[in-house]
Amino acid sequence: MAYFFQQLLNALQLGSIYALIALGYTMVYGILTMINFAHGDLFMVGAFFCFLLAVYLKLSFVPTLLLSMLGVACLGVIIERLAYKPLRTAPRVSAIITALGVGLFLENFTLALSPYPKHIPPLLKNVTWTVGELSISSLQVLVIVLSLGLMLILDFVVWRTKAGMAMRAISWDKTIVPLMGVSVNKIISLTFAIGTGLGGAAGVLYSLAYPVIDPYMGIMVGWKAFICAVVGGIGNVRGAMIGGFILGAVEILVAAFFPSTYRDFVAFTLLLVLLILKPYGILGRPQPQKV
Amino acid sequence: MALLDLQHVTHRFEGLTAVSDFNLAVAPHELVGVIGPNGAGKTTVFNLITGVYRATEGSIRLEGRELVGQTPHRITASGIARTFQNIRLFRELSVLDNVRIAHYRQMAYSPAEALLHIGRFRAEEKRITLGALDLLSIFKLDDAANEKAKNLPYGLQRRLEIARALATGPKLLLLDEPAAGMNPNEILQLMDFIRWIRRTFDVTIILIEHQMRLVMGICERLVVLDFGATIAAGLPSEIRTNPKVMEAYLGEEAAS
Amino acid sequence: MIRAKTAYRTWRDRWRRLTARKYFWPAVLTAGLAFSIAADKYDFVDLYVQLIIIYVGINIILTVSLNLINGYMGEFSVGHAGFMAVGAYTASLLTVYAFPPGLQQLLFPLAVLAGGLAAALIGFLVAIPSFKTRGDYLAIVTLAFCMIVKSVLENIDAVGGPRGLLGMEKLTTLPWVFFWTALSVWVIRNLVYSNFGRGVLSVREDEIAADLMSVNTRQVKIIAFIVSSFFAGIAGGLFAHALQFINPRMFDIIKSTDVLIMVYLGGIASIAGSVIGAVIYTILLEILRPLGVWRMVFMPLLLVVLMIYRPRGIMGLRETRLFEPLSDLATITLWRQKKKEAPDGAP
Repeated sequence: MAYFFQQLLNALQLGSIYALIALGYTMVYGILTMINFAHGDLFMVGAFFCFLLAVYLKLSFVPTLLLSMLGVACLGVIIERLAYKPLRTAPRVSAIITALGVGLFLENFTLALSPYPKHIPPLLKNVTWTVGELSISSLQVLVIVLSLGLMLILDFVVWRTKAGMAMRAISWDKTIVPLMGVSVNKIISLTFAIGTGLGGAAGVLYSLAYPVIDPYMGIMVGWKAFICAVVGGIGNVRGAMIGGFILGAVEILVAAFFPSTYRDFVAFTLLLVLLILKPYGILGRPQPQKV
Repeated sequence: MALLDLQHVTHRFEGLTAVSDFNLAVAPHELVGVIGPNGAGKTTVFNLITGVYRATEGSIRLEGRELVGQTPHRITASGIARTFQNIRLFRELSVLDNVRIAHYRQMAYSPAEALLHIGRFRAEEKRITLGALDLLSIFKLDDAANEKAKNLPYGLQRRLEIARALATGPKLLLLDEPAAGMNPNEILQLMDFIRWIRRTFDVTIILIEHQMRLVMGICERLVVLDFGATIAAGLPSEIRTNPKVMEAYLGEEAAS
Repeated sequence: MIRAKTAYRTWRDRWRRLTARKYFWPAVLTAGLAFSIAADKYDFVDLYVQLIIIYVGINIILTVSLNLINGYMGEFSVGHAGFMAVGAYTASLLTVYAFPPGLQQLLFPLAVLAGGLAAALIGFLVAIPSFKTRGDYLAIVTLAFCMIVKSVLENIDAVGGPRGLLGMEKLTTLPWVFFWTALSVWVIRNLVYSNFGRGVLSVREDEIAADLMSVNTRQVKIIAFIVSSFFAGIAGGLFAHALQFINPRMFDIIKSTDVLIMVYLGGIASIAGSVIGAVIYTILLEILRPLGVWRMVFMPLLLVVLMIYRPRGIMGLRETRLFEPLSDLATITLWRQKKKEAPDGAP
């Protein structure tokens, strides 16, 4: 039983990271109906910022986290302005392919500058508490609590502030919002900043939890987080969180009770079954077809 | 016997009744109009007949055969074709291809023959192409045969949509607001055009329309819908003086 | 300037007349086959160049077949590498374990064909979810499929698990690549210029309208997925016997991304575009090889710039006359002539 709870804790840790990344996919999708396939690589850039700041500037945890988030957010906004904005009226697929291109660029640019995997130094003292048979590390608690905190802040921004209302309005109807005196460009930039900033935070937290980083680390994690966003119902912020925790739980629990090589197989098969049962995700709704 | 027979057709979406207890029997070669204010459920009736939506209750029969529960392409293949309120052509495809696609059920070749361009493929493809070109020439669209559908002017797009519907070889043609966006002069021409289609292609027509002038001018019989319910049915002259219809169209005050 | 223009026009017209001849394609194909057989036999082409031509051929097959789903049908499949893996493993298992050693060369086409058929069978299964879901959700289904294939292969020790499969002879020769490439382009061209192919296009344009114009959309989707995955499987079989070594990681999402890039670079819904996209991408990558890692920094940038200035790719939604069937053009011309001779009294 303790083993189960131990794994559940691991699942929460992984799930919260997936959820943070999935939020970026879902926010951008909600507002532009575009899949930002470079998002996983922005997560990777976040981890590398963390490495740079911690190793070369010897910053402590909090400034490292904040500066990494800020750096990734800026990068996200720049990418949107340069690469995606010209394609807003183009066929949707062109934007998706552009995003794939941007992702490849980020991966290989990082690879060119840093050909070997990097080791992140421990930024925080890791304490392990033992409760009965359960051992809880302070790092695990930090990752979970920080992720949940960021998600709560985001949820508040989306549902309780004016900017959040504008975001939801744009995702509802893009043509009418400018008529209300809202600058669509500003809101889109803000969405990218928040979404990619959360991805950057996920990068930092991930590299604390799994301290070896490399330029291709964002690919698999990114696709998996995208799956989380879809499972939760893409475009739906709360759905992305639920999807993240589901995938985290499935992956950890499968690895705990089966040979670890079965992890991806079981996770993706479950995903397929879920999508066949609920083709629009857990919180998604089918778009009504007008004829 | 009626060509199309709708009995007690009801359709509900999430608690909202879009069409309730709708009855309509259309005899062969008739020209029937369905009218009613915006949101009265007219297009829903077409969607129910063509299988886009499935009727919650009631039966829809074409020449005695039940249509409820069949897929749209089956229903089209059994002889019902339609146009759309907001034109839905295959925009990036050529005018000719738009019409050729509508011959889908008439192909006598198999996928294997299509992949290798052997067997019946060439003869059949020639037959379909010539048929489509003949149809286009009747509609004076043959000069634009290789043009992309989206490049046609609005009026020709409407015409192409009718040609495409007729290419499926229908017994019954459903026209959804064919006069949308036309001026009175064009509507007069359209009236002749619709009569001419019925004669030339020997089809029965059901027409949805806002434009009173059009329906009163050519329909032999009218059904008036309001909030999903039939409020009147009969000859155009009867409908014109029906107080319920005037109320639905003009509001209560104007009618009283 | 004007002279250049007229010169361009005369050459264009000459080219058009030449390509409209009945013997144009047979001549090109015979020449290509003869060249590839000679090059294979007498080795007058550098082996490295031969290998690049083989990869160009395989990439053309992959691109044309993926374009059927992503370009012509307008879906977004990211699972092409999965179908390729199925073909590669099926064909390799046959040549390594099932075929008697002396008959390998003779039976190689059967192995490739078997790879294609196995992939087609899986393609049929993937087509089923496409009945209900579209767009991003279908993309996820194909993504999950691709990852499941990789994961399954990693977990079967009989096929080498994560280490992969070795021991294939170098059976993929220039003539075979030429044959399969020409076949895949021809078959997909044929499909696109048939009413089933127009059905595929109509699903992209407006699925509901297609259904209401009597197109059996399920049938159309099944055909598209089967044909597409069949040729991906063929490409996999050829790939395995060109490299003589495969492992599951070769067929992950990155491989699919490669093919996606070639499709959208060349242009959606275009046979000519697929050929151009595959040729340019493969050759450019080889030319830029001296740049080392920076090659893969430069290529994505190029793709992004191309997408911004030509969002539909080089040949997006266009086709050269070269790939239009002559019989189709002849029918239309014949009809026009007849009409001119006997103008009928249509209203």
